[in-house]
Amino acid sequence: MKDGNAAAGLTRRQRYEAAQRKRSILIAAASTLLVGLAIFILVPLTPGWDRVKRSFFDIDTLVETFPRLLDAFTINVMIFLWSAPAIAILGLLIALARDTRSPALFPLRIFGAAFTDVFRGIPVILTVYLIGFGIPGLGLPRPWNSPYIWGSLALILTYSAYVAEIFRSGIDSVHHSQRSAALSLGLTERQVTRYVVLPQAIRNVVPAQMNMLIALQKDVSLLSFIGPVEIFRQAGVFKSLLANFTPYVGAAIIFLMVTIPATRYADYLMAKQRQERR
Amino acid sequence: MAKLELRGVVKRFGTATVCDGIDLDVEEGQMVCLIGASGGGKSTLLRCINLLEPIEDGAIYLEGADITVPGLDPQIVRSRIGMVFQSYNLFPHMTALENAMLAPRLVRNRTREDVRPDIETLFTRFGLADRMNNYPDQLSGGQQQRVAIVRALAMRPELMLFDEITSALDPQLVGEVLDVLLQLKHEGMTMILATHEMEFARQAADKVCFLKDGRIIEEGPPSAIFVAPHHQATQDFLARALK
Repeated sequence: MKDGNAAAGLTRRQRYEAAQRKRSILIAAASTLLVGLAIFILVPLTPGWDRVKRSFFDIDTLVETFPRLLDAFTINVMIFLWSAPAIAILGLLIALARDTRSPALFPLRIFGAAFTDVFRGIPVILTVYLIGFGIPGLGLPRPWNSPYIWGSLALILTYSAYVAEIFRSGIDSVHHSQRSAALSLGLTERQVTRYVVLPQAIRNVVPAQMNMLIALQKDVSLLSFIGPVEIFRQAGVFKSLLANFTPYVGAAIIFLMVTIPATRYADYLMAKQRQERR
Repeated sequence: MAKLELRGVVKRFGTATVCDGIDLDVEEGQMVCLIGASGGGKSTLLRCINLLEPIEDGAIYLEGADITVPGLDPQIVRSRIGMVFQSYNLFPHMTALENAMLAPRLVRNRTREDVRPDIETLFTRFGLADRMNNYPDQLSGGQQQRVAIVRALAMRPELMLFDEITSALDPQLVGEVLDVLLQLKHEGMTMILATHEMEFARQAADKVCFLKDGRIIEEGPPSAIFVAPHHQATQDFLARALK
């Protein structure tokens, strides 16, 4: 059958797919519009909407507090910046300790297992409290009683436990034939790990570790419970001062400004890796 | 004294006996081909010779010295024996050149600058001079396998083990790898191959061993094994393999 209209030149399959695409776009647009209308019409009809709007979405309060919240956020960034490298190093050491086969290092292996069990098993906030209040309670002289130090340590310990497990899964992901090939060349077990297994293992888990970094960035706020006036605490101060919750929304916006690009980047890395594996 | 002597080598995995008392002599400069169906113990035997698998019983002698003494440092033995695998096993995070330089640097404690000329010569000899700086995933299967051979040769081994090195290759790439083996034989390298390339074994081997169920059922020069096999099992296998 001949097809004399504009669709000429397209195959039957291409015409079918174009029609399907048009249909999908229409359905998606309609359903988005419907949900949007529901939110914008129905939510303001709720009895408490005016009150909520005033106390959570007050533009004047937002404009007034936002710069100070940004200032406070630099403390989050600082704590993040010194904790992240410490976590990477400690996590890798724990992973290696758990996989060691030398009998002389058996205690290290036990320690590694106990470490990951303990710190993965306790809620982060509890670790922050126990270490953040407990260790300065020993009566250490300044600056060694700083909540910055011990709060960071609590984050470092907790996150190292998770990061170590991710490194271990990365080490497992390197095929054992790589180890055979390296051993057959005369390398020692340690050289095989250092030069052949670890470089591949670390590369394999970069996206997963990116997600840990994003989670860490958010959990830095838990330190507010033991003292440091970081962004969450600062928002709380403003809330009390202005009797308005809008600073919390401001803080959420600031977090999203950092975490959304980071999450997108992690997703991109993961998609790229999937492509390479194919 | 043969270059390599196997005496009553036994290897078990759990209750499965994969090598069941294997005796084999390999003379200096000989090319020995191990043939037989998959699961017959060919690959495991090669891994035992390179001490990648500890043996349960028997002994292996390299130049008259027992290399299977329990407690012996396997690194020294492995650095004298080269091995090439079916799946190439190049290190994907290194270029071809870095792959080949790694072991001489780490095991022989030589510097990059020191080993580089020797290894470049090897790459040139096997037609890979323009591929040295490529990563494994930028090379064809045949090129990768030739790089793997160069990597093993970089340690200047006295003996080379080849574990079905053409089995993973597209048929049109098999030839370039087999040519490398002929070149090595010509240069006097002592080699043991586990192979399914019957035509190659017939033409190039000095000795052919037929393995079945972990034993060498029959061994001899290819003229004898391929033309007039004694055992029924050998005849059956060759009838199927040469079809």
